[in-house]
Amino acid sequence: MKIRVNPISCHAHGLCAELFPEWIRLDEWGYPIINPEAIPRDLEAHARRAADACPTLALLLTRD
Amino acid sequence: MSATGIDVALPRLLAGISHRGMAVHDRHLAVHGPLPSAARLDGGAIVELAERARLRGRGGARFPSAVKMRAVRASRGQAIVVANGCESEPMSGKDALLLSELPHLVLDGATLAARAVGAERVIVAFERSNSDARASLEHALKQRRAAGVDAVRFELFAAADTFLTGQETSLVSQINGGPPRPTFIPPRPTARGVRRRPTLVQNVETLAHLALIARHGVDWYAQLGTEAEPGSTLVTVLGAVNDPGVYEIECGTALERLLAAAGGLRGAIAGMLIGGYFGSWLPAALVSELALSDAGLAHHNAALGCGVVVALPAASCPVAETVRVAIYLATETANQCGPCVHGSAAIARTLQAIAQGSAQPGALADLGRWTTSLPGRGACHLPDGLAHFVSTALASFPDAFDEHAREGACPACGAEALLRIPPRGGAR
Repeated sequence: MKIRVNPISCHAHGLCAELFPEWIRLDEWGYPIINPEAIPRDLEAHARRAADACPTLALLLTRD
Repeated sequence: MSATGIDVALPRLLAGISHRGMAVHDRHLAVHGPLPSAARLDGGAIVELAERARLRGRGGARFPSAVKMRAVRASRGQAIVVANGCESEPMSGKDALLLSELPHLVLDGATLAARAVGAERVIVAFERSNSDARASLEHALKQRRAAGVDAVRFELFAAADTFLTGQETSLVSQINGGPPRPTFIPPRPTARGVRRRPTLVQNVETLAHLALIARHGVDWYAQLGTEAEPGSTLVTVLGAVNDPGVYEIECGTALERLLAAAGGLRGAIAGMLIGGYFGSWLPAALVSELALSDAGLAHHNAALGCGVVVALPAASCPVAETVRVAIYLATETANQCGPCVHGSAAIARTLQAIAQGSAQPGALADLGRWTTSLPGRGACHLPDGLAHFVSTALASFPDAFDEHAREGACPACGAEALLRIPPRGGAR
């Protein structure tokens, strides 16, 4: 599993970095910088939680 | 501007050019011969030709045409073809040249592309301010209707005059009645584009090549170029050369040969810009060793992109030129993606402060951080292009940037701008 952001939908609420700091950090304007690597299986639950919590539903989980 | 080929086997695309008023279909046929019929060359065979010729998009991204065609063919629904003549890139002149001087080659290629993906409709898009393109296309289509050569229906589309107008999803958005702004992928236009149908968007030069490959075959096409990059390509050469203009070169040609064909350099140069405003600055010392091939350019962190080659005269200031383009690109943001809106503005602002000698300590480090963190974080590649343009400027002219940071504007900063900045929202 990988995680991507739709940068048009993202409004820098920042919850993702809060919920999944292992993979997502914020730039100086509050927009996510996401690790492009595949997410280890034991962290997938965190990725799902981050995607579900995004107020603009800007995070996408992909299967590759 | 002149338009010339520089090899004995060239020009190919530019062979039918007359510069004497509107293109004439009879003359086009006399130069190139008729297109192979659908019975002789069906859609699948066209895709195969594009694949074997390794035809890649000439709009800038150089994406393989056959891959796009296959993606459209694999999608459900009646496909549509968009011939993209929105040049956007302020220094490029090749697409406007093709549309105004060689429309039949572009329209031939578009009918072949339509055959390749089973489309019945072709939309030919150009920038609204490009009235020459509209007149030329209307004239050419009238001749073709009279000759009854086309099995597809053509429509013209006048697109916005902005830097992002020709970006694939931005163009599709406009044709669908939306704003000239990129959209998020997925969906790709190949799956869902114009009127939610599978849509093949191809640059007009790409289509012109297809028109010749279909007539003469892959072996003929590959007589020029390299194994990795067969054929020819159009480039726009500007700046400190004696004969600026659009040239057709063999893929992989040495930069020095191109410059010689363009009348040679006019005096000493400060550096070269390869690939336009999404391209790369290179120091002058590289001119003698550079090949305009993928591999040769990649070795220097560059790519031919949309084919713009600018020789910056020694009397120009690379810092001032870079700042103006950075500000232009930052203002051409579609204002959709946070990293682009904030990052591009920060880069432009900081560069300007450096050029004026008023930057805070750490400004160069800020630029380094932004130019590495920005790529890949927008819906389109504007932030990537801007970051690359700026980081290659910093790498190619380190002394000039240091000097400006310390001492502010140099005498050359006041020289006339070479890199063109179109007026905001106006004619280009």
